[in-house]
Amino acid sequence: MTALGRTRSVAFIVAWRGIHNAFTNPAFLLPSVLFPLFFFIAFAGGLSGLQRVPDFDYESGYTSFQFAFVCIQAAAFGGVFTGFAIAADFEFGFARRLLLAAPNRGGIIIGYMVSAMVRATFVLAVVFLAGLISGMQIDGSIGDFAALLVLALCVSAVSTLWAAGIAMRMRTMQAGPVMQMPVFVLLFLAPVYVPLNLVDGWVHAVARFNPATAFLEAARGFVSGEPDKVGITAACLVGMFALTVLWARGGLRSAERAG
Amino acid sequence: MTGLAHSSMPTQVGLLAGRAVKRILRQPAQLVFPVLFPLILLGVNASGLAAATSVPGFPAASYLDFALAIPFMQGALFAALNGGQDLARDIQGGFLDRLAMTPMSGAALLTGQLGGALFMGVISAVLYLVVGIAFGAGIASGVGGALVLLALAIVISSAFACFGTFVALRAGTGEAVQGFFPLFFVLLFLSSAFYPRDLIEQDWFATVATYNPVSYMVEGIRSLVITGWDGQALAQAFGISAIAIVGFLALSARALRTRLVRT
Repeated sequence: MTALGRTRSVAFIVAWRGIHNAFTNPAFLLPSVLFPLFFFIAFAGGLSGLQRVPDFDYESGYTSFQFAFVCIQAAAFGGVFTGFAIAADFEFGFARRLLLAAPNRGGIIIGYMVSAMVRATFVLAVVFLAGLISGMQIDGSIGDFAALLVLALCVSAVSTLWAAGIAMRMRTMQAGPVMQMPVFVLLFLAPVYVPLNLVDGWVHAVARFNPATAFLEAARGFVSGEPDKVGITAACLVGMFALTVLWARGGLRSAERAG
Repeated sequence: MTGLAHSSMPTQVGLLAGRAVKRILRQPAQLVFPVLFPLILLGVNASGLAAATSVPGFPAASYLDFALAIPFMQGALFAALNGGQDLARDIQGGFLDRLAMTPMSGAALLTGQLGGALFMGVISAVLYLVVGIAFGAGIASGVGGALVLLALAIVISSAFACFGTFVALRAGTGEAVQGFFPLFFVLLFLSSAFYPRDLIEQDWFATVATYNPVSYMVEGIRSLVITGWDGQALAQAFGISAIAIVGFLALSARALRTRLVRT
């Protein structure tokens, strides 16, 4: 078997296991479905009055505005939850056996990443359904929504690589907050509730340079059928993907050294 | 703890409360994260939602003033979670079983256990008030109002701590207490914490927020910050918290009896 074939077979097995665990054990899947759903309900329901703010210029309405945020959030947190699963695999000894058995260990990370992306797709479908039920206005075409899905999956991949790097270095479930907090802070230091021009103070200054702002603005552009900031979003994703691949590879090396 | 069995009730409470407080102080992560996280969120929301103040009818000129009530609630939630988890750990580790073999009263155990959560509640409430004022929040009800605010925050903390204690005694595992944590946050997010109830546009959300007791706790604290002295808001906040304390203490006492019988 070639090196590529070995990587593929390891990735397939790890991905299949992750997907199987997620869809057969509600305790694994429920948090990643319920959290975004809950944020969607709370923000789109409770804060919809914000569309009355002068200069709030998002034509598709506040529910669509928040739907885009929740898509990105669900994708990012899906990656973090996968990181929790990796940490659990180390804590219970499974990951060490996996490291011994896998002919190509890079495939392990790819497998975890694929399982996170499958889970993210399912969660996005649930959130989309919730949006439809709540009367969300859809102005984007099928192509726009396909682009939104690709964007969310890329965010999920980057987030998984970040969380995997932490999980493989710390190898304990107590690493959860270390995986979660930076993602949470990055997301909430972006224009979550109102467009960037209405964000005030220090958060505005930070949000202008936060890649999550580009992700949110691109996602909102796809939902409203007026794609925006696609180039800068793609550039940010390529850069973050490259950095997190190195980060996750370093984590894998650390886990290998630890035995 | 050898003298515990023969000591008076206040001594028993004091010993157990002291143990709960020491336990928190020995784990800085248990103190720092629950206290700092609500402040970070307040800083982010005060800027991110500042535009809300330009919505016609918004009751405050600054979103920081409006949102200052939120960290008090989040601090109370974290205190309840940590207190509940500590008690669950005592149950899982057999400490409660060992205490059950002494003549210590159940009331002392419950009150002492709440000491840790109350300590957290006091520390965080004072910090949130000081930080809020330092960053420009004005307390419309003045110095007296600030003191009442602290008292209300502590009563609310106690109410959530009683709930955490009940969950821990009923379920007996840290995982179960952790599992209830999202419910706490659901209650907070589905309330009038982030937006005034009369300006919420979705009818179903306004209805949920109206029936959600957390709305009245938040509005009690908020009234002291942005309105001044509002007797009705304060009566509702103190009243609901007191009912929650009495109700969950009674449920906790029953759960404790059941647990001690089981062991």
